[in-house]
Amino acid sequence: MIEMLPPALILVAGALLIGPLRGHARNAVLLLAPALTLWAIWQVPDGVSATVPFLDYDLEIVEGSPVRRLFATIFALMAVVGGLFAFRTARWYELAAAYAYAAGAVGVCFAGDLITMFLFWEIMALFSTVVVWSGGTEASRRAGIRYVIMHLLGGVILKVGIEGVVVHTGSIDMQPMLATNFDTWMILIGILINAAAPPISAWLADSYPESSPTGSVFLSAFTTKTAVLALILLFPGEPVLIGVGLYMVMYGIIYALLENNIRRILAYSVVNQVGFMVCAVGIGTQMAINGAAAHAFAHIIYKALLFMSAGVVVYRTGMNKCTEVGGLFRTMPLTAICGIIGALAISGFPLTSGFTTKTMISQAAANDGLAIVYLLLAAASAGVFLHAGIKFPWFVFFQKDSGLRPKDAPWNMGAAMVIFAALCILIGVFPELLYRYLPYPVDYVAYTPGKVLFYLQLLLFSGLAFFLLLPLMRRTDTISLDTDWIWRVGLKRIGILLYRGLAETGAAISAATDQTLAAIGREAQNYLGTERRPANGERGFFARSWPIGLTALWIAVLLSVYVFVYYLS
Amino acid sequence: MNETPDSDHWLVRPATIRRLWQVSAAVLLLTVLLQIAIKVKGYFVLDGWLGFGALFGFLSCVAMVLVAKALGPLLKRSVTYYVPGDRDD
Repeated sequence: MIEMLPPALILVAGALLIGPLRGHARNAVLLLAPALTLWAIWQVPDGVSATVPFLDYDLEIVEGSPVRRLFATIFALMAVVGGLFAFRTARWYELAAAYAYAAGAVGVCFAGDLITMFLFWEIMALFSTVVVWSGGTEASRRAGIRYVIMHLLGGVILKVGIEGVVVHTGSIDMQPMLATNFDTWMILIGILINAAAPPISAWLADSYPESSPTGSVFLSAFTTKTAVLALILLFPGEPVLIGVGLYMVMYGIIYALLENNIRRILAYSVVNQVGFMVCAVGIGTQMAINGAAAHAFAHIIYKALLFMSAGVVVYRTGMNKCTEVGGLFRTMPLTAICGIIGALAISGFPLTSGFTTKTMISQAAANDGLAIVYLLLAAASAGVFLHAGIKFPWFVFFQKDSGLRPKDAPWNMGAAMVIFAALCILIGVFPELLYRYLPYPVDYVAYTPGKVLFYLQLLLFSGLAFFLLLPLMRRTDTISLDTDWIWRVGLKRIGILLYRGLAETGAAISAATDQTLAAIGREAQNYLGTERRPANGERGFFARSWPIGLTALWIAVLLSVYVFVYYLS
Repeated sequence: MNETPDSDHWLVRPATIRRLWQVSAAVLLLTVLLQIAIKVKGYFVLDGWLGFGALFGFLSCVAMVLVAKALGPLLKRSVTYYVPGDRDD
């Protein structure tokens, strides 16, 4: 039964056409493919509307629900605006890969069963790797290889879990579960790898900053947020996610504070923000799930905006580091203003989208009586303002004057930034526009005087802390070790040690064997064969003459043994 | 920035920066004092107190910066740390 085809197919077709087409035709595809996908997404009814037989299963390749449509919408919107941002500078294969990657993300949104989900999941892994490689440098080539290894490994773990669930329950349906046995744990771990959860969050900050200025905009949107959607669909209320989310929140802040690379600061803050969503899915109440979905929606917009702003800086200056730039607000006012709006939105400043979505998660924690979670999320909100809200715009656009006077953004990049900056403010001022599309009815008022005052105090005093502690945050031209040290250096060192140890042991054994064999050979030769022994002048064993009687005795012995054996058998 | 001549952008002149600090200080004070008029709903014992948000935000940030600073020597490495051929293994 196929009532409608997967909306993702439109993006796949678009991705296939980007290569062969040129000029205006290609630009039309870049715009129309995601726009048509957006239209198709809103034609998907609730429930299953397409099944395809595969082996003994009926794959539900299109299943609609409010939360699925919400995520698909923001992914398609991201593709349109990302395409606008990138189309004049990105290479065709980066654009084609980015659209195929977006198609994978939209496909996951409507996957009604685990097998379809896995298929689109792997499409994302493959084409996002191409986007990383499109950075075109040696560093991006290496980072891409590490990235794809991590994602293929995550895919294998996810597949093991899916196989287990299918074999043990007989059902391939995507339905809520808890991590109670081996199978479900494998699925959870497979998804969490894509969410950049500990202990392997490092892949994200390792790879995204190595992609091109346009590539990192696409990368920031899809992989981690499809993981959040998968968690919402499969693991709502899984308590382990609360702890995982809180860890991610704090990890992102601390590493971003240590970091010098502009886009890596933003990459760490992706982990931080996804931590809020993972934590919300762990809380699992209707308000928390609404919060996770709304925050994912708002996050994709302001995070892409931040990556666009940073991308323009990298594109115009060729510089990647806080220590190299500064004072750029003079000649890049539009990029600076859009970057600041994104920074305020990620910090959850009142009147921006982050405030209307992140506070919903905090409220869900408070309503559930989770005091520690609530306070840690509040501390993290302060920390976000510290590491992304002020640090990013301050070090890039203000601080000392680097003397650089680059031009502001090209028109298309500027337009993309203005669209997303406007959306950040629109959702911040009119949150109902987003609330009405959330999975559950919204019983939450974002703007109460008390709440606004509390968050203003929290954020403004974080700002004060930033400027008072500025001497402690002097940028150093360094990178920070992460768990990826284990496989990038630690395992390599162990391997080299093992190799050296084995080689040395082998050489020692070989030398000893050679010596022993040589000695045995010499002795044998002396004893058996040589005509006369050098020492006493006696002949060797076989070189002696033997009496005839001894030979006859031996023949008799051998014959009797033969006769004995013959009668025995 | 202290040596910035007056000919530079108005935003980075020492006079402007001094004024920005004064305005910021006033705004900070105002957000705390407003709490006398506007009740902040507390969900747990402490968080409805006067200036809790301010103090909590400030102290959290100080704590996070100090933790990051303390972890710096442990975690920070030269940018060429992972570049092949730059280390002896």
